[in-house]
Amino acid sequence: MTMKTAIRAAAALLAVAASPMAMAQTIAITGATLAIGDGSEPIQNGTVVISAGKVVAAGTGVAVPAGAKTIDASGKWVTPGIVSGFSRVGLAEVPGVKETNDINARTPFSAAIDVAPAINPLANPIAISRTAGVTRAVVVPATGNGIFAGQGAVVDLGADMDPITKARAFQYVEMGEEGAEDAGGSRPAAYLTFKMMLREAQDYAKAPASYDGRSKDALLNRVDAEALVPVVTGAMPLMIHVESARDILGVLALRQDFPALKLILAGATEGWMVASQIAAAKVPVIAGGLDDLPSSFEKLAATQSNVGRMVKAGVPVAMGLMDRDEALQLRLATQQAGNMVALNKVPGATGLSWGQALRSITSAPAEAMGLGDRIGSLKAGKAGDVVIWDGDPLEMESAPVAVWIDGIQQPIDNRQTKLRDRYATPVEGSLPKAYEW
Amino acid sequence: MNARSKLLLGLALVATGMTAPAVARKEKDQPAPAAQGSSAEPDNPYPSTYKPYPGVATVIRNVTIFDGEGGRIDKGVVFLSGGKITSIGGPDTPIPADIAVFDGTGKYVTPGVIDIHSHLGVYPSPSVEAHSDGNEMTSPVTPHVWAEHSVWPQDPGFGRALANGGVTTLQVLPGSGNLFGGRSVILKNVQARTMQGMKFPGAPYGLKMACGENPKRVYGAKGREPSTRMGNMAVDRQTWIKAREYQKKRAAGKDQTRDLGMETLADALEGKILVQNHCYRADEMANVIDMSKEFGYKVTAFHHAVEAYKIADLLRENGICAAMWGDWYGFKMEAYDGIKENVPLVHQAGACAIVHSDDENGIQRLNQEAAKALGAGRRMGINIPDEIAWTWLAINPAKAMGIADQTGSLKVGKMADVVLWNGNPFSTYTRPEKVWVDGALLYDANDPKRRPVTDFELGQIGAGDVK
Repeated sequence: MTMKTAIRAAAALLAVAASPMAMAQTIAITGATLAIGDGSEPIQNGTVVISAGKVVAAGTGVAVPAGAKTIDASGKWVTPGIVSGFSRVGLAEVPGVKETNDINARTPFSAAIDVAPAINPLANPIAISRTAGVTRAVVVPATGNGIFAGQGAVVDLGADMDPITKARAFQYVEMGEEGAEDAGGSRPAAYLTFKMMLREAQDYAKAPASYDGRSKDALLNRVDAEALVPVVTGAMPLMIHVESARDILGVLALRQDFPALKLILAGATEGWMVASQIAAAKVPVIAGGLDDLPSSFEKLAATQSNVGRMVKAGVPVAMGLMDRDEALQLRLATQQAGNMVALNKVPGATGLSWGQALRSITSAPAEAMGLGDRIGSLKAGKAGDVVIWDGDPLEMESAPVAVWIDGIQQPIDNRQTKLRDRYATPVEGSLPKAYEW
Repeated sequence: MNARSKLLLGLALVATGMTAPAVARKEKDQPAPAAQGSSAEPDNPYPSTYKPYPGVATVIRNVTIFDGEGGRIDKGVVFLSGGKITSIGGPDTPIPADIAVFDGTGKYVTPGVIDIHSHLGVYPSPSVEAHSDGNEMTSPVTPHVWAEHSVWPQDPGFGRALANGGVTTLQVLPGSGNLFGGRSVILKNVQARTMQGMKFPGAPYGLKMACGENPKRVYGAKGREPSTRMGNMAVDRQTWIKAREYQKKRAAGKDQTRDLGMETLADALEGKILVQNHCYRADEMANVIDMSKEFGYKVTAFHHAVEAYKIADLLRENGICAAMWGDWYGFKMEAYDGIKENVPLVHQAGACAIVHSDDENGIQRLNQEAAKALGAGRRMGINIPDEIAWTWLAINPAKAMGIADQTGSLKVGKMADVVLWNGNPFSTYTRPEKVWVDGALLYDANDPKRRPVTDFELGQIGAGDVK
């Protein structure tokens, strides 16, 4: 990160005349309604200082360092950048156009797949999400060959050519309805496949040279076996997609066979039913939040109170865009979070406080990824990912007015805003629309 | 399949030897006797059996009212009785004695949300293959299918749309795999044993049409027409030529073999069925507008219309509504140019703007979709007041569904389709507190029993839980 920031700063210095980006100077944002992102409630008249790409301080009574560029944010809101806990951003430009879609593949490989080299920082969904205040995202591959999808990444959404915050941040596996399908048609087959593959990875770890991934009996080729070694040892988190209460307990129990597994649950629509067990297992959850329909038989108990109930039970819950259609629509994070707050006024429902709701789309996903010390909040030492909003960020009428990533101010225009400007009046002027740019 | 079933139908009719002339079309929703002649259409063969549930005369006062036609009343009073809006006005509005009075301080009242584009019932939850009933993708031209014959009234989505979205009326459409997808149906959002029990009495049918990627992809993949956008238009035009011939014969009272699809298209040509056209791109909408003039029909609304903002003037000049998402974009090529300002730009140009869902989750948050559009518009200087923006969810869709004389605004004598919101409905933090349909209280956040639990959910985990 430091290296990256330094490179960026150097690049900014070289390109200072031409670049629209401010370099990573010391900036003080003052007078804001300030939310830290750690679960605490917003405070009035807050100040954030960022310097050398990091947060120096945030709160009330924070002194503005001499020489800092001061930005008056009176009447505005300031938060850490939004972190999408589950997305496919950077892996597709237009999901329905297969040439642009790198989310999954028909391939002999599975666990060894690494999304990091494919993340395209110039993809328009990245610029559009950045304009909506999203600064980081968890990028999840989808399965194409069996239950393991490969290794996901955490990225930043900065306007530069280096999007990777953490490559190979986790391995992803399907173990619910989709896992059953990927394993040939049943959950027992998925469990057996999972266990046998992890045992093959253990075999590989013991004697890599003698592991024969080419034999007819081998479930894993050499590279996939190698990729699962850090999963078995717990060096790499394993994100498991399950939805039903039964499947959640089933995958938590996998640690009886593989005690070192460092689990993250994705989905967990019925998590509220087994929230105490998830909490006891100290496993973080990345949930969709707004699922309230029995859209499948593994989501019969779906309710929007799922997240609130799990948080109340002590489960660390982040929110993400689990629905495949929404995986590039990262701006929806604030809507998810705002709706969790709405539940507090619905009798019988369990929502989140405003601060908890913001946490679920900032520090909670960062912590689930093991990056809580680096990103996701405005605590001192964290990355300088800061957004100034023209109103309450969880309200749909609000939008960012300025975004920083690693202390570097970002452009918040994109092809959508260009189209907006071109068609502010639909009729042609003295030349065709194509000349208005 | 299509041609074969038509042929079989024709043979069967010939065999009966019945050749009586067409019966006059009757009033909607009056069951008609079976047709006697080969070209006689039974009018309204699947009539609505919907009856409003009993309501209690109710007054809400001290409430902010958006009336759905652009009006706003602060500290307002609305009085519902006999299933209708009985009176509405400011704080001095007379309140009858001895009836339930709710104090709405800090709350808002709107007409029930109307979703012009839903697939609830035809693509119900759970979305298993056995429930996939929204697209008859065996031919690109299926005007003979009726969405109502696919509607599963036990779809849990109806109840979510009511409780979380305040949706009281919705149009359920066939999908967009076909050029002519079939007839839509308009439903009251009141759970019933049968589709007929939900059917909006007297509402006109819609004809679902689709341009663009979907039909050409579906049929191109089958190696048949249409596989291109020009193929889409050609098949459309060939079909309209046949439909016009059928319609002329029918209007002249000439005998002809009944054809379900042609009956629908003839009604569309005569303006009795409203054309609801799925279309994304500006250039394609312009082509469809010209096609409608070529064959003498009217497009009532373009649905999705992510590029409506590029031709907002054309839409205004042709009196065509655009039913749009707040900010959904980019998931396929023809949605690539979607922008958050689409709705306010269409509105500002003087065209009819509607916010729609096309989604079982989105339908629960149409108010928030409208808020996105409202905020995006204001940021570019299009300052639309809240109460005007509510027309996107109320009178505008009602007009485009042909039911504006009955619902879609809080006017005296209209159906008491009403939502009491626990705050400003453009706020993410606001939810419906009470929802009335035809004056019957069918959702009450404070009463766990005043919440629908479908047959599907009954006895399952989570049944009756707050959703």
